[in-house]
Amino acid sequence: MGSIELKNVRKDFGAISVINDVSFKVNDGEFTVFVGPSGCGKSTLLRLIAGLEDISSGNILIDGKDVSNVGPAQRGLAMVFQSYALYPHMTVRNNIAFALKMAKQPKNVIDEKVNKAAAILNLTDYLDRRPRQLSGGQRQRVAIGRAIVREPAAFLFDEPLSNLDAALRVQMRLEIGDLHNNLKTTMTYVTHDQVEAMTMADKIVVLNKGAVAQIGSPLELYNKPNGLFVARFIGSPTMNIVSGPAAAKRNAASIGIRPEHVDFSTSAGEWPGKVRIAEHLGADTFVYVDSDAVGPLTVRLEGEAPVKPGQTVYVTPQENRLHRFDRDGKSMA
Amino acid sequence: MARKVSTSRRVAMSAVAWLVALLIFFPILWMFLTSFKTEADAYAVPPKFLFFHWTTENYVEVQSRVDYVLHAINSIVLAVGANIFGLILAIPAAWSMAFSPTKRTKDLLMWMLSTKMMPGAGVFMAIYFIYLRAHLLDSRWGIGFLLMMVNLPIIVWMLYTYFKEIPVDILEAARMDGASLRNEIIYVLTPMAVPGIASTMLLSVILSWNEAFWTLNLANVNAAPLTNMIASFSSPEGDFWALLSAASVLAIAPILIIGWFSQKQLVRGLTFGAVK
Ligand SMILES: Nc1ncnc2c1ncn2[C@@H]1O[C@H](COP(=O)(O)OP(=O)(O)OP(=O)(O)O)[C@@H](O)[C@H]1O
Ligand SMILES: [Mg+2]
Repeated sequence: MGSIELKNVRKDFGAISVINDVSFKVNDGEFTVFVGPSGCGKSTLLRLIAGLEDISSGNILIDGKDVSNVGPAQRGLAMVFQSYALYPHMTVRNNIAFALKMAKQPKNVIDEKVNKAAAILNLTDYLDRRPRQLSGGQRQRVAIGRAIVREPAAFLFDEPLSNLDAALRVQMRLEIGDLHNNLKTTMTYVTHDQVEAMTMADKIVVLNKGAVAQIGSPLELYNKPNGLFVARFIGSPTMNIVSGPAAAKRNAASIGIRPEHVDFSTSAGEWPGKVRIAEHLGADTFVYVDSDAVGPLTVRLEGEAPVKPGQTVYVTPQENRLHRFDRDGKSMA
Repeated sequence: MARKVSTSRRVAMSAVAWLVALLIFFPILWMFLTSFKTEADAYAVPPKFLFFHWTTENYVEVQSRVDYVLHAINSIVLAVGANIFGLILAIPAAWSMAFSPTKRTKDLLMWMLSTKMMPGAGVFMAIYFIYLRAHLLDSRWGIGFLLMMVNLPIIVWMLYTYFKEIPVDILEAARMDGASLRNEIIYVLTPMAVPGIASTMLLSVILSWNEAFWTLNLANVNAAPLTNMIASFSSPEGDFWALLSAASVLAIAPILIIGWFSQKQLVRGLTFGAVK
């Protein structure tokens, strides 16, 4: 069992406050993703939970027990590092077995667990190799294997896929998803990748400058961002933000409309503009429009839209999909 | 490094490499050849390369004049001893500077290196008189201690750069895996540090082996290493090239053999941990 609860957690490095009064709860078995811009404190937060950094104030509870002053090994968590952090001088088998050896488990139990983990992760043929003789994806699997055998209360992943190429990333993303479905263990996952966050998470924690901007399911964040920051951060391509008369007409300081939530026409509509570039992705077409009235807009059209640069087009936001923000950038009802 | 290299280019590169290697090796080869010549052949103009009267009389002469075994043992004792005690001091020092640096760590390292910039002659008188009063002249302990101190800054620096290369992530992973500090050191840190320590050890042995300034000035007979022995053959009666060569060959033979068998470590050591 592994619920994780943070209560008013702060972390200062010298005079710099990196984590600022963060509170939230991860329920047992949940897949939680931390997202946020570079340097916002995602890794630091994960390392605080792991116990690799000491918190400056506040409390961290695992399964309801305060572990703020407990060492990393005793917290019963397993971490998968971005750099994999495999032991270079040990074989894959010994890498995976290391934690079990440290826990002084009997040899036959260790062998059994290692073999089982290797089978799950397709590593059986590589058990006698050393990390440097493996591909990036295989190294990543070893890192995960090392975490699995400990049967931790929760897994902590820090951008585990960021060193892999796009195709392998998709594959490993699915494998981690399967793993979560099979083990049903709490997983906490840091990523930069929109798609990873949206597809894997039960719950997303959006961080901004060391503070929680919003917590919710992927669709909650997509449909009901609580402010400009989350609205811009979640969703790809980014939401269009418009201020000025178009927003004033709707009683807001600014309004936001996602590229996929506009009506697009070559004859009539609310915001006229000229096509700057059209990106044809096959399944979708992204059209970048320069509008004199409201500035640059991004439009996402399904399929292969026959749009040419320089063409005059009209963009009309779908009223029921419109997001309204007040002067402070907060969402309005 | 999977670059394609054309054959002609490879041949040219090999030729240059051989040339450079030969150039560097030539003095040693010449010394080796000279050590088997008679003094007359050694002075012959034009020089005789291979076709001379081979003789081992120089080696016999060296043996009769000096106690080669004593000097060789001294060299080994001094180099190895200075090395062992040096490592005992340097490993923890470099370790703590690499893994828990403070604000002053960089300054400290620079300061240690700066001591190498001072010529030994600058402190010679002070050390000579200290050694004289403390009855450490011509003692293995005294000379060994000095050699250790002379090399310590370099050893600490070298170990520091090696330890710095060990990724902190891996140590943290071990911590997460439940390794106690002791197990972390035994099973994770030490195995990763061993290549660096080995290279450092080698370089340190070679530096001590070749040290001449301090040993010539502070040691006479009992603690005199092979460098002193060579020096004793460049004698007041004039230079005997063949004899001197034989003494030199004997002096460098042990270190050449060690060097030959540990080339890989040595190259790593000399590049100061810069090449992985
Ligand atoms: N040991 C440290 N000493 C001082 N400042 C630190 C330390 N570790 C992190 N920081 C600072 O804390 C902030 C958050 O760092 P953190 O690594 O948590 O960011 P992140 O969200 O993981 O970024 P990224 O997405 O680039 O990995 C950064 O501004 C960083 O400079
Ligand atoms: Mg990070």
